[in-house]
Amino acid sequence: MTTTTVEAAIRTAIVRVAPEADLTVLDPDESLRAALDLDSLDFLAVLENVARLTLVTIPESSYATVDSWRGLVDFVRDHAEGAG
Amino acid sequence: MGEFLMPSLGADMDHATVLEWLIAPGDPVHKGQIVAVVDTEKAAMDIESFEDGVVGELLVPVGTTVPVGTPLALFGPPAPAAPSPAPLVHPPASPPVRQLARRLGVELALLPGSGPRGQLTHADVEAAATTRTVTTAPPPPRLRVSPLARRLARDRGVDLATVHGTGRGGAITAQDVRDSAPATPAATAASDRGTRSEAMRHAIGVLMARSKREVPHYYLSTTVDLARATAHLASLNAERPLGQRLVPAALLLAAAARAARKVPQVNGFWQDGGFVAAEHVNLGMAVSLRGGGLVAPAIADADRLGADELMAALRDLVSRARAGHLRQSEMTCGTITVTNLGDRGVESVFGVIYPPQVALVGFGRVVERPWAVDGMLGVRPVVTVTLSADHRATDGHVGGLYLTAIEDLLRRPEDL
Repeated sequence: MTTTTVEAAIRTAIVRVAPEADLTVLDPDESLRAALDLDSLDFLAVLENVARLTLVTIPESSYATVDSWRGLVDFVRDHAEGAG
Repeated sequence: MGEFLMPSLGADMDHATVLEWLIAPGDPVHKGQIVAVVDTEKAAMDIESFEDGVVGELLVPVGTTVPVGTPLALFGPPAPAAPSPAPLVHPPASPPVRQLARRLGVELALLPGSGPRGQLTHADVEAAATTRTVTTAPPPPRLRVSPLARRLARDRGVDLATVHGTGRGGAITAQDVRDSAPATPAATAASDRGTRSEAMRHAIGVLMARSKREVPHYYLSTTVDLARATAHLASLNAERPLGQRLVPAALLLAAAARAARKVPQVNGFWQDGGFVAAEHVNLGMAVSLRGGGLVAPAIADADRLGADELMAALRDLVSRARAGHLRQSEMTCGTITVTNLGDRGVESVFGVIYPPQVALVGFGRVVERPWAVDGMLGVRPVVTVTLSADHRATDGHVGGLYLTAIEDLLRRPEDL
């Protein structure tokens, strides 16, 4: 998957949980949970959507790593099928 | 005939608007069936019938706001048995004619017979078949649409013919229209939200002011070591797909519910100048809504649910709370409430009791802190658990027992 495809999938995954989220003003290194006001259930739902859309399952031990736009995009891109 | 009354919708709601009827006169209703959708200051809510019966008359039209306790409909006793349908009277027809009718798909009951004694002939059947194919295409199915859905569709420019109905008999509900509304109903949605959030602030304000005026709160706090609970969750979750993982809140809620069974003095209501212990532990959950506001629906018999079941109940409740599909019974059955505000952000929360309940439990954020165990200093995940309790019902001693019970339960997470 290219970075662009991964980003599109993650955008969809987030907006389904937090429809009011404005991702254009998101700082890529900021905590997603803090910036988008996601509680633990919301965050889990985002990761479930990511898994459905990209087939990448994020282990609980990596929750801290993927709690930023950049961290989540990098993780998914690096673990997606066919990642080089 | 019994009256079906606008039920109580929680301590902070004294009136509601009928948004949608899901029943019509003559329909059988059974206990627990969702019969109407009402709108309160806080959220749209499904209301259920409390008895079996047959709908006699709907007394309150859609769009009308009435106080709690107003008769909404008249219900008759349930029909003893379904009456057998009146036998269809067919015009007489010979077996070959019947066979032809079957082959051509002609309904004999609808045809006048031109033969002797009104008997149907081959010609009658053939004529009916021809006429039908030429002139009478089946009429378009009539759309069943609730009045609110119609109004919403008009406001939002939605073509009802394109909406998939999910209501009774395929009826189009307001929610169906919302779901299929064009991608940018931003203006309508925003103004909708604006009024709703003002009304909700008002409702919350009234109830919390009453609580602070009438209930002499006392507050306790303790910090609980979550090392074992966190390790237990991590080992469970490592084996599980995302959809089955537990969040720490599931364990915290399980502990709060079971502790309430052990210390029943905090689980119940202050009524008519005295404490009335509740028979069940129905755990209210303060759920913050995206876009502002708060509702506190309850999970019934939460003390009897395992962590997995509680997690499922929690996810279900939160998603329905945010989508506006809570049931009236969930809004009124709570016997003790939990706020988990500290899921992120703050370390401790001292809540305001939800009258007529007598206690509110607060969980803060799980944080890592230096922690001394057996004379050794280590870093442990800990959570601050608080209790706001009604001093008329209990003293600090009992409140302390309750918090200690929570702590004991969280030290044995595998039992939760």
